[in-house]
Order: sequence, then structure tokens, then C-alpha cells
Amino acid sequence: MLVNGKAHKVGAHIDTDAIIPARFLVTTDAKILGENCMEGLEPGWVKRVHKNDIIVADENFGCGSSREHAPIAILGAGIPVVVAKSFARIFYRNGFNMGLVLLEVGDDIDKLRDGDSFEVDTHAGHIKNLTTGEAVTCAKVPPFMQELLEAGGLVPYVKKRLAARKK
Amino acid sequence: MSHTLAEKILQAHTDEQIIGAGQIVNCRLSLVLANDITAPLAVKSFKAMGAKGVFDRDKVALVCDHFTPNKDIASAEQVKVVREFAREMGVTHYYEGGNVGVEHALLPELGLIGPGDVIIGADSHTCTYGGLGAFATGMGSTDIAAGMALGENWFKVPPTIRVTITGQLPEYIGGKDLILALIGKIGVSGALYRALEFDGPVIDALSMEGRMTMANMAIEAGGKAGLFPVDDKTLAYCKAAGRRGDKKIAADSGATYERHVTIDVTGMAPQVACPHLPENVRPVDELGDIRIDQAVIGSCTNGRIEDMRAAAAVLKGRKAAPGVRLIILPATPKIWRQAMEEGLFEIFLDAGAVVGPPTCGPCLGGHMGILAGGERCISTTNRNFRGRMGSLDSEVYLSNPAVAAASAVAGVITNPAKL
Repeated sequence: MLVNGKAHKVGAHIDTDAIIPARFLVTTDAKILGENCMEGLEPGWVKRVHKNDIIVADENFGCGSSREHAPIAILGAGIPVVVAKSFARIFYRNGFNMGLVLLEVGDDIDKLRDGDSFEVDTHAGHIKNLTTGEAVTCAKVPPFMQELLEAGGLVPYVKKRLAARKK
Repeated sequence: MSHTLAEKILQAHTDEQIIGAGQIVNCRLSLVLANDITAPLAVKSFKAMGAKGVFDRDKVALVCDHFTPNKDIASAEQVKVVREFAREMGVTHYYEGGNVGVEHALLPELGLIGPGDVIIGADSHTCTYGGLGAFATGMGSTDIAAGMALGENWFKVPPTIRVTITGQLPEYIGGKDLILALIGKIGVSGALYRALEFDGPVIDALSMEGRMTMANMAIEAGGKAGLFPVDDKTLAYCKAAGRRGDKKIAADSGATYERHVTIDVTGMAPQVACPHLPENVRPVDELGDIRIDQAVIGSCTNGRIEDMRAAAAVLKGRKAAPGVRLIILPATPKIWRQAMEEGLFEIFLDAGAVVGPPTCGPCLGGHMGILAGGERCISTTNRNFRGRMGSLDSEVYLSNPAVAAASAVAGVITNPAKL
């Protein structure tokens, strides 16, 4: 998948309470969750986002709770990709399960500035900064998780395994 | 080969040979759990997977503890989804109303957690069960749906950080102070993707409650699990909870650890995590005059009977300072009854406290103690992220129950030894 969008940069240790505060967890609706994405970071944050924009974050993005509402809120806001120095463990797994693309780039995160335009090749893991011309390549996804992604996420993967068990 | 505690437990639940950290293995699950916030999404995914039944109706626990007693119509609708799913699937362990407690206090107490178990829960504090020597970790709702459908899930074998606690434990210091000291030392991503394994003389002497408090906050260091060796104390706890046949488990000598951290507790003062990260830890005596509006004592971290007793010991014959709301939430019905029978409620009420039902409530800014802008709370819970308990302009300090109680009395964050 090729994604073209603008970067919205956030800091380190952005927790899931910042991504989607608990008061919004009374629904599973992606649209409503999306409308309140990052409401715990800055009220009205999501208003600046256009479809296919990306979040660029420092270390430990998504720390805190296991709420799957967090990746759902990001996707619901129209953001298909998060690039971070590093991700918190549960969030990383949830992102994959929900089809949110998570790219870990380590110290190269400093090459990605707020407001820059990017082209992201999610399959190859290439990030091209269209504003500065710089390119960043990220750590490869483990083969098993790549398999999950290719199956279309965890839901279709389990569906296939359940069907195989019946046979 | 020699295994860490994490590797040893995972090995017993997989047919693959565990050779070390980073390996991905499929493990059979002992228990799968979700709560009133995460279960509705899990139900959605479960149905989308085309699953018709749960893998074992006795190995799924659904605990409606977060927004309950239901705080509004939307949360009532969510609990309804969980209730109907539990009924449809014939889930044995469904909790709501008079039998519900905060999940990570409730399930061990009911004997549903055993040493050597592999447990996944759609709640990040599932790691609490490491206190009983179970490999337990938080996952999202869809992973929990997969677990409910298949009875197994995949795990990346984590590298382990060994944490040894030595020295003489001073008065008013418990599991909460030890884990806060560790998080202060290694940071909120210090154990990212890793397991913590605790040992040392202080751990051997620590109560089961204290161990669960420590394991509970492994996630606040980014950890996947916080594991304690299974000893006589663990076995006695499990037996009292109605379990039979549990066995001791320890890491193999010669197991490979990524790092070894040692903490000496001799002379340690109570630890407080300042806003807005659990790693901003300082000894209580160094804080200066921090005025508070609210004190909360409860949660999956510190809502157990030992915590209630610690709070009562400080509050006995004293009153909360004018203008301080003291909220005490015993974490389960059993703890509630025990506190009542031990006369702790009389002490709490005389101190001007509100004693509430078992619920996660204020910890995550759900209900029963939300903060307004400019307000400050000392809490025995586990997270002090900005806005966690209410307004983005409020502040949360984390401490043990004795410090929270002493602070309620003084109106400023206070060392109980100096009250």
C-alpha cells in the first residue's frame, strides 16, 4: 500500500489515555472513536487531520492500557500509518490486529518533522520525506506477523484456522 | 537447556522447543478474560471470526468491573452485550453486580489463577497474576477473541530482566514502594517487550498481596509479565482459594537473563510517582508541600485486605483534612465483607471517608471520583498519565495506601511516619 500524507508529530510515551480517554470507551463505533482521537493529548487535535495523514511519534507510543479502541480511534480518524521511534507492546500487537500499519524507525525518527509530507510504502517499509527528499527504511516486521498481515489481519486468520479444524 | 521462569511456563504450554528470547510460539491457554470495556469489542471480533462457541466454558472469565455499577446508558448497553454473550456461550465465570470485584483482585481470590498457568486478558494489568507464578499478559480484544475461539494464542518469548530485592524492609514500605522504586530506576519503557523476574530475601518475605501489587505494575515499566517464583506462601494462598495440586516453580539455575537489577530497601522512604508518568518517582519526604483535593484507596493495585488494613492503621482516630475527599473502594465483595467484619469501615467513616463498591471507577477516570481542572489526587492506583482521572488540567500522584491515608489526614502529601 502506498500512502501519501502529512505528518502530525507527537512526543514520547503517548499513552492510550491520551489517544482515546476512558470516557469515550462506551462505544465500539470506529467513527465516534475517530472523532475523539487524541482528545486526551489536546482537545480538538483531530480537526487538523486529513485522510491518509500519518502520526509520527517518539519512543513507547501507545503505552498504558490494552484498549483496542486506541488503534481503532486512529484508523477512525483516517490515519492509516503510525511511524514511531518505538511502540509499546500491547499497542503494537493491537495495531497489527486492527490493520493499522506501525513502522518502527529508531533514531531516524528525527528525520521526520511535523508538517512534512510523506510517501509511505507500507509493504516495503520505505518512508520518503517529500518535503526534504530524505528517505528512511524501517525495521522489518517478523515473518509470522507478516503472515498475519497477508491473511488480512487476525480475524480472517482465526476464521481460516477454525474452518480447518472443522475438516 | 536452562529456562527463565517465563520460558519454563511457556514451555509447559507448547509442543515447540523453546530455545530462547525472540522465538514465536503457540501456547495453550489456561484462562482468557475480558471486562466490560474490552469484552464488547472481543464479542464483535469473535463473531466476525465465525466462531460458534468458546474453547472451554470454564476457562473464560468475563468481569464487568470498570464502569459498573453502570455509570450511564452507554455503559449499561455494553454490559448487556457481555451478559448476553456469556449466557449464549454458557460461560461459567461471568461476574456482575453482587459477585463482581476488580478483576485482578477477584480471580486469584476465587481460585481461578494457578502457578504455571498461561493467561491472556483484555486488560493491561492481567500481569498481576505473575504474583502467583502465572505467565499472564494483557492483549487487545481481538487477541482475546482468538483465545476464546481457539484456546491458544501466539507469544514472542520475552527476554527477562532479573530483579533482586535485598535489605531490611522499613515500616510503611510495601510492594507498591518496591515496584515504584524499580520503575523510577528503569523507566516506563525500561522493560519494554520483556519479562521481569523477582527474587531475593525481601521478595521471599513479601505477602501475596504485595507480590500481586508488584506484578500488577510490571506493565508500567512496559513489561510483558512480572513473575514471582512459586513458594510455600503461594501454595498456601492457592489452597486457601480452594485449589489443589499446585506445585512450586522456580527458574533453572544457569538461565539467561538480559540484565540484573538489584535494589536495596534498607532505609527506603515511601515512594511517590509524580505527574504525569509512573517513572517520576521520588521519596515522599522530598516532595515539599503538595496540597491534595482527593485521596483514592483501592484498585487492582492496592485494593486488597492488607491495603485496607494499612489505610485503617493510619486513619484510626484521625479525620481527613477539611476539603479532602477520601474515597475507599475495597476491590472485591470478599474484601468488602472482611473489612466490614474487622471494623475497618467504622474507622473509615469516622475519618470522613466515602466507602464505595468494588469497581475500577476513578482509576481510569470512569466514575466515582473524577477530578476537575486544577485538582490534585493522591491515589493507590497504577497510572498518573495526564487526564487519567478526569480533567487534562488535573494531577495524580501514586503511592501506597498508608501514604494516601496519611496525605488525606494532613491535606498534603505526607509520610505516615511523620503524621
